Amino acid sequence: MARLTVAKTYKLYIGGKFARTESGRSIAIENSKGEIAAHICHASRKDFRSAVECATNAFSSWSNITGYLRGQILYRMAEMLEGRREEFASAIQTTQNMTATQAKKEVDASVDCLVRFAGWTDKYQQILGCSNPVAGAYYNFTVPQPQGVVAVIAPQAPSLLGLVSMVGAPLCAGNTIVAIGSDTNPIPTAILGEVCQTSDIPAGVLNLLTGSQAELFEHLASHRQVAGIYATFLKKKDRIVLEKGSADSMKRIRFCETEGEGWLDGNTTASPWNIEPFVEMKTIWHPSAC
Amino acid sequence: MTTSTQQHEAIEWDYSPAPDNTKVIISPKNKLFIGGKFVAPKSRSWFATTNPATEEKLADVACAGRADVDSAVRAAKTALPKWVKLSGTERAKYLYRIARRIQERAREFAILETMDGGKPIKESRDIDIPLVAQHFFYYAGWADKLAYAFPGSTPTPVGVCAQIIPWNFPLLMAAWKLAPALACGNTSVLKPAETTSLTALRLAEVFQEVGLPDGVVNIVTGEGNTGKLLAKHKLVNKVAFTGSTEVGKLLMRETAGTGKKLTLELGGKSANIIFADAAIDQATEGIVSGIYFNQGHVCCAGSRLFVEEPILEEVVHKLTQRLSSLRVGDPLDKNTDLGAINSKEQLNTVERYIRCGVDEGAELHQTRSGDLPSKGYWCNPCFFTDVQPSHTIAREEIFGPVLSVMTFRTPEEAISRANNSPYGLAAGVWTDKGAKIFEIAKKLDAGIVWCNTYNKFDAASPFGGFKESGFGREGGMQGLRPYVRLGGV
Repeated sequence: MARLTVAKTYKLYIGGKFARTESGRSIAIENSKGEIAAHICHASRKDFRSAVECATNAFSSWSNITGYLRGQILYRMAEMLEGRREEFASAIQTTQNMTATQAKKEVDASVDCLVRFAGWTDKYQQILGCSNPVAGAYYNFTVPQPQGVVAVIAPQAPSLLGLVSMVGAPLCAGNTIVAIGSDTNPIPTAILGEVCQTSDIPAGVLNLLTGSQAELFEHLASHRQVAGIYATFLKKKDRIVLEKGSADSMKRIRFCETEGEGWLDGNTTASPWNIEPFVEMKTIWHPSAC
Repeated sequence: MTTSTQQHEAIEWDYSPAPDNTKVIISPKNKLFIGGKFVAPKSRSWFATTNPATEEKLADVACAGRADVDSAVRAAKTALPKWVKLSGTERAKYLYRIARRIQERAREFAILETMDGGKPIKESRDIDIPLVAQHFFYYAGWADKLAYAFPGSTPTPVGVCAQIIPWNFPLLMAAWKLAPALACGNTSVLKPAETTSLTALRLAEVFQEVGLPDGVVNIVTGEGNTGKLLAKHKLVNKVAFTGSTEVGKLLMRETAGTGKKLTLELGGKSANIIFADAAIDQATEGIVSGIYFNQGHVCCAGSRLFVEEPILEEVVHKLTQRLSSLRVGDPLDKNTDLGAINSKEQLNTVERYIRCGVDEGAELHQTRSGDLPSKGYWCNPCFFTDVQPSHTIAREEIFGPVLSVMTFRTPEEAISRANNSPYGLAAGVWTDKGAKIFEIAKKLDAGIVWCNTYNKFDAASPFGGFKESGFGREGGMQGLRPYVRLGGV
């Protein structure tokens, strides 16, 4: 008789810990043959709130460490992802009808995307900021600073590459993240937590939720500790929910318009203009005199 | 001592009146500016604009209704393709011409600004209008250099911009909105504030003089509803608003799901932090210009003063002295420090906050004793001590010459109290220690941090807030970003 496989139940990744949802809800994920491939946690509002709390607490240190150090940590994350290429490729293939070659291509692009963002940590400031030649005896310069907690709503596909690309931009700038992964293929989101855990990403800097994205939209938009939202290009009704709900706390919202093969173009996904929506420009003046 | 006191009393220390007597002709009926022409409003509705220093009516101004707003937006839409196709250098040359004409007509603009809005002539003459010219001159130069501002990307114009501006810096706000929009190849419909429409309409004359193509800029005057109609118009691609946080939030809701780009420059409750090791005389000057500049009608006004505890008495003493020497009165007088409050309505708001400060237990210092003119809207500059962070006057934007003075003991306390506000527009730091100044500047949640200075503005310097003070920047290279779409991202 064939050996019974040990099926894994994937957990949420909150504050550097793997946690089951407090709601006790789970979702069965079927593979392309219609068999149950895994169970994943169906995150609740309360899980979202806990994740935001962890991200808030992690912000001060993540935003204050040097860009050099943040870059090394993101590079370490890329190394760990590279080491688990096979596992991620097969996770991507679980629900998506794609060949092993296509799945590997997505994993490779995800690793490369992280490497690109690792490089941006101590450079985006020089691209987005500048010194300003004001007409007077002042030294004046503009520096970008991270905003705080950014909520990421990843695309349904590519489940890994979309998530990594959208998380990478705000993360490399020093924001902390609560990301809600693909509903249809949440397994790569769930195991990305294991990559974080084995790299040096500090607890709370990147929090990963799975379940039903839309269920959390209203709550996410109105949460006062969330400074920004980076969402895949959602249906109009969902965009309205997010934009209306964000008005009161005046969140910065950006919808990512990348689609299809565009995700494989690292020049696009790791452009500094994807970092720019999640930084605040601070302009500092000082008189110049003897 | 006796002799000197007697001498002091014997001498008349008051300044003689020094009004700027240049006459500016104001048309009795000010029409809308649509498609390059001044046109009467289809709404057939007009409203009066008054001089807040005299309460005299200056002129009638058209109140644009739905059909007028629609014509203006369509004119901007029609003008768009040709304006976009024009080479950057040609667009630049129009903007340079505008800057030049503003410089040439600067005196007229300054006087009109002061008459319509109530601000002191020395401010409109030396600050507002020169900055207006600088803004057009600065952004003119960007028109053919946009690719350098957005490396790795292809910037294209956004389209038709709805630009809604406030009454505190009427012409300057028009320049902040129009110059970058036009430089990037957009066309615009500008909506000035109800109480201060005249200088924007005079700017339209400049557009005619320089031959700016018809419809590239259209100006619809009117009330709040005109602005709302404009922001909601289907053909508008971008809404840029400067004004209250309340209206900013409303615009976020109104534009939700429309795909319209939005930038907001909203309110503030900016902190001015003074350490014991600061140059206190200079700091006092900075505090005074920080809060009393333009009667405190400044979104980035340093309305919360945090004083390091050991120097509280000294600072309060110096503030008291300085306040008693401020000259309040005829805005057209070249010696006037504080002009008129912009409107009756705003005066009521400011007075309500002052009463509220007293009622909640703070101590009012209104040390100026001179007479105020019998007509017009006036408020003596004042400050409060014994202010608690929970007091209304320490939390809400007053938009008047009212300062809340509080204390702190450690840099950490100063930072956390300064940041304890939903706003994040500006901040000031006064200390002679370089390392401290950069550390504090870094930790303050504010879009502009003035170190050992305050309320300095420049076309090359980005302006805009964190948190509920809005998003997007105006001025500098970053001020181009709201007016382009970035291809290849």
